Amino acid sequence: MNQAVKKELMMGNEAIARGLIENGCRIATAYPGTPASEILSSIAAYQKRFDIDMHTQWAVNEKVALEIAYAGCQTGLRTAVAMKQVGLNVASDPLMSAAYMGTAGGFVVISADDPGPHSSQTEQDSRMMAMMAKIPVLDPDSPHQAREMVGMAYTLSEAFKTPVMLRPTTRVCHSRQDVRPGEISPLTGKPDFKKDPSRWAATPKFRYQLHLELEEKLSRMAEYPATAPVLHNPQAKGRRAVVASGVAAAYTAEALNDLGLGDRLPFYQVLQPFPLHTAFIRRLLTDYDDVLIVEETTGVIEMQLADRSRIQGKLSGVVPRVGELLPEKIMSLLADFTGLEIDLPALTQAPGRRPTLCAGCPHRASFFAIKKAAPRGIYTSDIGCYTLGLNLKAVDTVLCMGAAISQAAGFYHAYRYEEKRPDIVATIGDSTFFHAGVPALVDAVNQNVRFVLVILDNRTTAMTGSQPTPATGKSATGQTLVKVDMETLVKGCGVKFLEVGDPYDTNGFIATVKAAVAFSRSEGPAVVIARHPCIIDLARQGKATDPIEVMVTGDCDGCGFCLQHFECPALIAVDDGQRTAVDPLACNGCGVCLDICPKGAIIKKA
Amino acid sequence: MQSKSHYQIVISGVGGQGVLFITRLLAEAAIEKGLPVFTSETHGMAQRGGTVISHLKVGEFASPLISPGQADGLIALKAESLDQHGGYLKPGGWAAVNVPAPLTMPAAATPFYLDADRLAREMDNPRSVNLIMLGFTLSSAQRGGFGHGSLHCSLNDIEAVLENRLKGKTNRLQSSLRALKAGADSTTAT
Repeated sequence: MNQAVKKELMMGNEAIARGLIENGCRIATAYPGTPASEILSSIAAYQKRFDIDMHTQWAVNEKVALEIAYAGCQTGLRTAVAMKQVGLNVASDPLMSAAYMGTAGGFVVISADDPGPHSSQTEQDSRMMAMMAKIPVLDPDSPHQAREMVGMAYTLSEAFKTPVMLRPTTRVCHSRQDVRPGEISPLTGKPDFKKDPSRWAATPKFRYQLHLELEEKLSRMAEYPATAPVLHNPQAKGRRAVVASGVAAAYTAEALNDLGLGDRLPFYQVLQPFPLHTAFIRRLLTDYDDVLIVEETTGVIEMQLADRSRIQGKLSGVVPRVGELLPEKIMSLLADFTGLEIDLPALTQAPGRRPTLCAGCPHRASFFAIKKAAPRGIYTSDIGCYTLGLNLKAVDTVLCMGAAISQAAGFYHAYRYEEKRPDIVATIGDSTFFHAGVPALVDAVNQNVRFVLVILDNRTTAMTGSQPTPATGKSATGQTLVKVDMETLVKGCGVKFLEVGDPYDTNGFIATVKAAVAFSRSEGPAVVIARHPCIIDLARQGKATDPIEVMVTGDCDGCGFCLQHFECPALIAVDDGQRTAVDPLACNGCGVCLDICPKGAIIKKA
Repeated sequence: MQSKSHYQIVISGVGGQGVLFITRLLAEAAIEKGLPVFTSETHGMAQRGGTVISHLKVGEFASPLISPGQADGLIALKAESLDQHGGYLKPGGWAAVNVPAPLTMPAAATPFYLDADRLAREMDNPRSVNLIMLGFTLSSAQRGGFGHGSLHCSLNDIEAVLENRLKGKTNRLQSSLRALKAGADSTTAT
C-alpha cells in the first residue's frame, strides 16, 4: 500500500464504496435504507471525482437492484448491489436463485444489518440469509476492514463463481475512521455474455445439478485460506478461548486490552462466518475446554458447531439474543468467562426525546387533513419519515414497504360484511409507492377495495437523506433521466378517482381528502397525491421559500389543541401550559398553523 | 488513558442541531495531526428531532463506541441529555452544557455552562448552537479548565478545518467562524 497517500476520514459506507471503486466495480445498484444508504451515494461521488466509466443507479427496489447487478456479473464484469437487511428480504428471490446459477464476474451483495435496532423494523441477521442461500458472507469489524473485505469478496466470488455477501452493521456503516485509500486499478475487460442455458436458464432438472455444485463449492470455501479465522494473540495459551466477528470483534479486542487478558485468552476473529472453516471447527473442539462466542445478532458461527457442550454463546443463553452487543456488555461477558470481578458503571435509564416530523414538514399538514376528513378511520401507513404520523395518531399500522395499501385492502375485506364499515385511509411515501405500492394498488383496484390512498409526495426519499425517486428525473450522479409520471401510473392502475393537492393549502386539501373519502364509501378506491417538496431537501438545494413569521396572540387560552393534533416542534407550551408560544429557533415558517387554531390565536406577524 | 493522544468525547443533542457536523470537524482535526480517530454517529429516524449522540475516540482504538464511565468529556447541545448521557463521563471528566443557568451534574465531572440558544438568537443564526458550543468547549480547554491533558486540537485547528470544508462558500464560512468565535469568547456561567 502506498504510505505516501494521506489517510482520509471515511465513514464505513464510504470505505465500502472506496473498496468497490478500487477493485474495478462496473455496475453498482442500491435502494436507500439506513444504515446502508451512503454506500451508493459515495460510489457516485467517486465515479464523478475519478471520471469512471461505470453504471451507478438507485433502483426502484432491492429486487430490481439485485437483478440488474447480477446480470452485469453474468457478462463477466465485477458488480455490486447494496441495501439494508430488510431490503434483502425483498431481494431474496433473485438471491436464492443466483446462488445456484453462480456468477461469471465477481458479484458482491452488501446487506447492512441494524442490531439495536436503531432505524429498522427487525434485528434480523443477514448472515442467516447467506446461510439459507448457501453463499459465503464476510463480516467486517471497522471501516478499514470493510474496505479491505471488498477486495477479498471479489477474489472469493471469482474463485468459486458465487455471489458473496458483505455484511456490515450500523456501527461499521456509520462510524468514521482514518483510512488510507488504496490505488484504483484501471478498468479491464469487456462485457462478454456467454450463453449457457443449462446454467443461466436452468430448468429444475439442471437445478439439481447446480445444487450439487453449490454444495461442493461450499465445502471448498470452508477450506479457503484467505478468509480463514485469524488468531490475534498466538502468545496466549490456555484451554479457554474467545471467538468474535464483526464489530463485536473490535469491542473484544479493546476489552481484552482493558482487562489485561490480551496475553492470556486466545482470541480468534472470524472473517467469514458462513461457511465456517472446517479446520477451525475441529481446532475449537480439540484445543479448548471452554469457548465464548460473541457475534451479532444471531448465533450463526455457534450453530455451525455440531458439538456445543463446551460453547457459551447465544444458543447456550449466555450471550443476549436481543439487542446490540455494546462494548460494556462484551466486557462483562469476558469478565464472567474468565472469572474476573469488575465493577462496570452503567448509564441511567433516562428517556430520550422521541423523533418527530420536522417543523414545516408537509406530511404533518397531510395527516391533519386526513384526521379532519376521516376522524374515526383506520389509518394504515408505511416505511418512511411519515411513520412519525404515529405522534399525531394518524398512523395505526406499519408493517413493511408497500403494506399500507395491501393492509388497507385486508381491513376492507375484514369489515366488508359489517353494517358499519370504517373509513380506511392509507398513507405511503412517493418512493415507497414506486418501490412496492404499485402491485398492491393494482390488486386493490381489481378487488374494488373501498379506501383512500394518500400518496405523500415530497418529491424525494427523505428519511434516508434525499435520494431521487423515479419521478425526480435525476440519476445518482446527477445526470438527467426519464421522469416517471405518478398520475399516469396511478391512472394506469385503473384508479377512477385521482386528485392532486398541496397539503400547505390546509382547507383546500381537507376538502380534497373529504371528497376522496366520500367516493371511497360508495364507489371504490380513491387516490389523493399530497404534493409538497420536503423542506430539508428544499433547504439543501437552496430553494427554501421565504418563511412566514407567525405569533400567538392573547386569544390563546392554552387549550392544547395545536400541541395534540398538530404536534409541531416549533409550538411549545409556556407558563405551565397556560399558553402556547412559537419557538423561533425551531420554526420553519410554513404558515400551516395559521389555519389550525380553533380560537384563531395563531396569526401572521405584522 | 490520560495522555493527550488518547481522548474520548461524547457529543449529544437532538436531530437537526448539527451534532454530526461538529463531531466530524473534531475528527478531521485529528486526521490533520496524524492521529488515529474513530467516531460513531446516529443516522436515520432519530435525526428527525430525536436524541442524537456521537462518540469520538482519538488515539489507538479498535472500536467506535465509548463505554459508560470512560469519556473524558461530554458536549451537550441540550441540557436534557445530561441525565441520559452523563453516565459516559469518567470521574474527573468535563461537561460543556448548553443551558440558561447552572444545574446539578449527574456525574462527578467539572461543568462548563453556556446559554448557547440565547447567543444564537442574538446572532440571528438559530442553526449555530453546535458551533457556539464547540468554540466554547475549545476555549474552555485552552484556558486549562479540563484538568488532565487537553483536547487533541485547538480553536485554530478547527478554524482551519472549517476553512477547508467550506471553501468557496464564503457566507456560510463567515457565519460559521463567527459562531465559533462567539462561543470561544464566552466563559462559563456560575
